[in-house]
Amino acid sequence: MDRLFEFMLPEAKSPTADSTDALFHFINEVSLVLLIGITIALIYFAIKYRRRSEDDETPVITHNNTLEITWSVVPLLICFVIFGWGYTGWLNLKSVPDNAYEIQVTGFKWNWSVKYNNGAQTLNEIHVPVDRPVKIVLQSSDVLHSFFVPDYRVKHDVVPGRYTYVWFEANEVGESQVFCTEYCGTDHSDMLAKVIVHTEEDFQTWLEKNGGGVSGTPVEQGEQLVQLQGCTTCHSDDGSRLIGPSFKGLWGSEETLTDGSTVTVDENYLRESILNPGAKIVESYDNVMTPYEGRISDEEITNIIEYLKTLK
Amino acid sequence: MATAEVSNTKTLKVQRFKPADNPTNTYLTDEKGVWAWMTTVDHKKIGIMYLVAVAIFFAVGGALALLLRTELMTPAKTFIEADTYNQLFTLHGAIMVFFVLVPSIPAALGNFIMPMQLGAKDVAFPKLNLASFYIYVAGAIFTFIALAQHGLDTGWTFYTPYSTESSSSVIWVTMGVFILGFSSILTGTNFITTIHKMRAPGITWGKLPLNVWALYATSIIQVLATPVLAITVLLLTMERWLGFGIFDPALGGDPVLFQHFFWFYSHPAVYIMIVPGFGIISEVISTFSKKTVFGYWAIALSSLAIAFIGFLVWGHHMFTSGQSAVATTVFSFLTFLVGIPTGIKIFNWIATLYKGSIKMDTPMIYVFIFLFLFSIGGFTGIMLGALSVDIHLHDTYYVVAHFHYVMMGGTLIALLAGLHFWWPKMTGKLYNEKLAKIASVFIFVGFNVTFLPQFVMGAQGMPRRYYNYVDQFTAFHQTSTIGSYLLGVGFLIILYYLMHSLFKGAKSPANPWGSRGLEWQATSPPDFHNFDHTPVVIHGPYDYHQPMEEFQLGLAVDTNGHDSETAKEVVDKEREQWKNYSLG
Ligand code: HEM
Ligand SMILES: [Cu+2]
Repeated sequence: MDRLFEFMLPEAKSPTADSTDALFHFINEVSLVLLIGITIALIYFAIKYRRRSEDDETPVITHNNTLEITWSVVPLLICFVIFGWGYTGWLNLKSVPDNAYEIQVTGFKWNWSVKYNNGAQTLNEIHVPVDRPVKIVLQSSDVLHSFFVPDYRVKHDVVPGRYTYVWFEANEVGESQVFCTEYCGTDHSDMLAKVIVHTEEDFQTWLEKNGGGVSGTPVEQGEQLVQLQGCTTCHSDDGSRLIGPSFKGLWGSEETLTDGSTVTVDENYLRESILNPGAKIVESYDNVMTPYEGRISDEEITNIIEYLKTLK
Repeated sequence: MATAEVSNTKTLKVQRFKPADNPTNTYLTDEKGVWAWMTTVDHKKIGIMYLVAVAIFFAVGGALALLLRTELMTPAKTFIEADTYNQLFTLHGAIMVFFVLVPSIPAALGNFIMPMQLGAKDVAFPKLNLASFYIYVAGAIFTFIALAQHGLDTGWTFYTPYSTESSSSVIWVTMGVFILGFSSILTGTNFITTIHKMRAPGITWGKLPLNVWALYATSIIQVLATPVLAITVLLLTMERWLGFGIFDPALGGDPVLFQHFFWFYSHPAVYIMIVPGFGIISEVISTFSKKTVFGYWAIALSSLAIAFIGFLVWGHHMFTSGQSAVATTVFSFLTFLVGIPTGIKIFNWIATLYKGSIKMDTPMIYVFIFLFLFSIGGFTGIMLGALSVDIHLHDTYYVVAHFHYVMMGGTLIALLAGLHFWWPKMTGKLYNEKLAKIASVFIFVGFNVTFLPQFVMGAQGMPRRYYNYVDQFTAFHQTSTIGSYLLGVGFLIILYYLMHSLFKGAKSPANPWGSRGLEWQATSPPDFHNFDHTPVVIHGPYDYHQPMEEFQLGLAVDTNGHDSETAKEVVDKEREQWKNYSLG
């Protein structure tokens, strides 16, 4: 039986998961005992007291105080235990240790953008050191999302207009899956990420290597930025149609908009489409892109435009 | 209505009215034709119309579910696009909740049966009753318009700001739900009035069938909670339409506020869905074990307790939302309190079986299925109420499995129990018992094959509302899909034998189950006015130790066509019984 219950949960990889798992098993065990009792009673009564004739007489048993008080009070007490247990476990999930390493994560349709304290930036990969508490500070730039790592038993909604957080302490080197668990539209189920756990040493090396963000010529920076900013989730560079129009051959082309007018793709059109994509929607596409207003600098936009010019 | 207490009114003349087995005049032979049906104020016909509408919606919602499950056979695309999938699950949820489960038991079966259980000729406001039905139809039309336009892709919960920004036809659906709400409110008002004012002589609160108690509790929730839903969808409509910033942070609103509003209705609404089911279970279990219900008052009052505490737990849907820590703690605590009255009912029903005379006909089989599945639903609800565990399980398939165990395993199975129980009453026909049993096996097995794996994959981390999934979950999804096909087969068998019964079924006697319920003391199908006398009630509805004759009393009138004993004889006998009888 224990095997079954253990099979139900992924392996726990953060200390706060233990209390959650123990409670999960406890409730399962109590429920199973009660369920088996209920099932046996049902089957036993159905057989033992099956109708033998249409004139069967049955006793008048209207109630029984002792019995009824017992089966009200005992479950109530069990419920109090469960409440207290769940409450203390949850307090642990909320109380971030003082020495936690902070990482900023922004959810937007349909990616997770990750920023570290030295300016390093990643997309859909959260690099963390092992055996050290990590606090993930969450924000959203469009609709609700929810940040869920089953291995750590943590989850929190990512709410536009406010900060929320989760914390964990990965206890082994490796990878853990991150899911978005608040429905956010077309690619909700592809809004995945990985927590990548390094040894403390590897983590520091990784940080240093990636510190300062993107590098190289403006075109090279632009190429890295369209990855990091999640543009490539919806825009291909090979002409294939994804959720948005492809970048290939975009520069200088003429686009027909939903209102029937046309525009030539120049710097200003591109800039507007990044900062406020809803202003001009290309025909046959939906207005689903998240505005990058406030999330991207002018210099970064310029670099991206330089890169797009090269995609002929 | 006469309020005389039969037991101490010496001059009241009652006599026995035994329901005839082959009635020539019934509500079906009166007022024939489509127009007569559409304009009828007869609660029975209105009940049947609701039943047909609910069945159609159920077929649509069920077909959508099969499409969803088929798409989930493989990760990524199986045969439909992500956007289509998102629309399908939204519609499936919205249809099943708003158009099937909420009206199913109260408006369909309740409308037909409840006035009969009170010995009344109709509900208190028959025209309002018909109006409720058409308001329901109007709500449905709005929803279909949405479908014809851009569909709906927000999930049945309409969470903001997604729903404010979505390019689908949100306004049509929210207006549909808004209109639908009035149908629910009016039915609730109608039922409350009927239960207070239209009880036949002798039906004191302590002799009210538990089905009526359940509908009473439900009506209270409907009247109190539904307006909040109406306000919520109205605010949402204003935000989308007029750009008022209420929920969308981009407009200065608060998205979590929407969730508070939404669940303030929708948590009580889960009790609107399940409590009427409780009523059916009590009726069927007592009839098929020929025994007084154990703990009548416990069952009756726990429905009311659930109705009231149910208003105070909505925050348990929002443990991860960012609501305040104090709120989260209190909501978790109260959630456990609402679990207790539910548990008490289960124990009472099982105790009712003890030393009964149990007959496993189809309605009773569904009661057993209900007790098993609903228990699992309840236990997993407790699991989700536990704070630390819910953080992990929230918005995964575990929650999907939980609410299917309570809503389908609970409400829908109870509806099937009630439908099979009252089918002979409503149609005057019997159905094929053997096929019915076979179908129930398909339903039971299919249901568990579909939803048990969902608990496991949910706990392993599979999020809900996912079109695509990681490979690890493939086996669970495929098992679940196969289960859903079994369920589909089960429902097709039911459709087949019920249609067969309707057109070619054997005639049913007035009271095929030997029930003591007042609705069974009318002919099957009932007379246009339910009873052609005023029933008089001296025993509780589950007093199986009292002879059947004493459940068939009515005020003596000069003109009656039924085989009656002389009034005096009945009264004397009844008074003898009364002496050593007391209600437990
Ligand atoms: C013992 C009784 C019950 C308890 C303690 C309970 C508890 C809960 C909790 C805590 C949740 C939130 C889980 C989450 O979102 O993380 C939940 C979800 C839900 N429950 Fe229950 N529940 C009970 C009975 C019912 C019944 C009777 C129904 C309906 C007939 C029901 C329908 C639902 C639905 C529809 C949801 C999910 C809604 C959504 O997010 O779409 N529950 N339940
Ligand atoms: Cu709830």
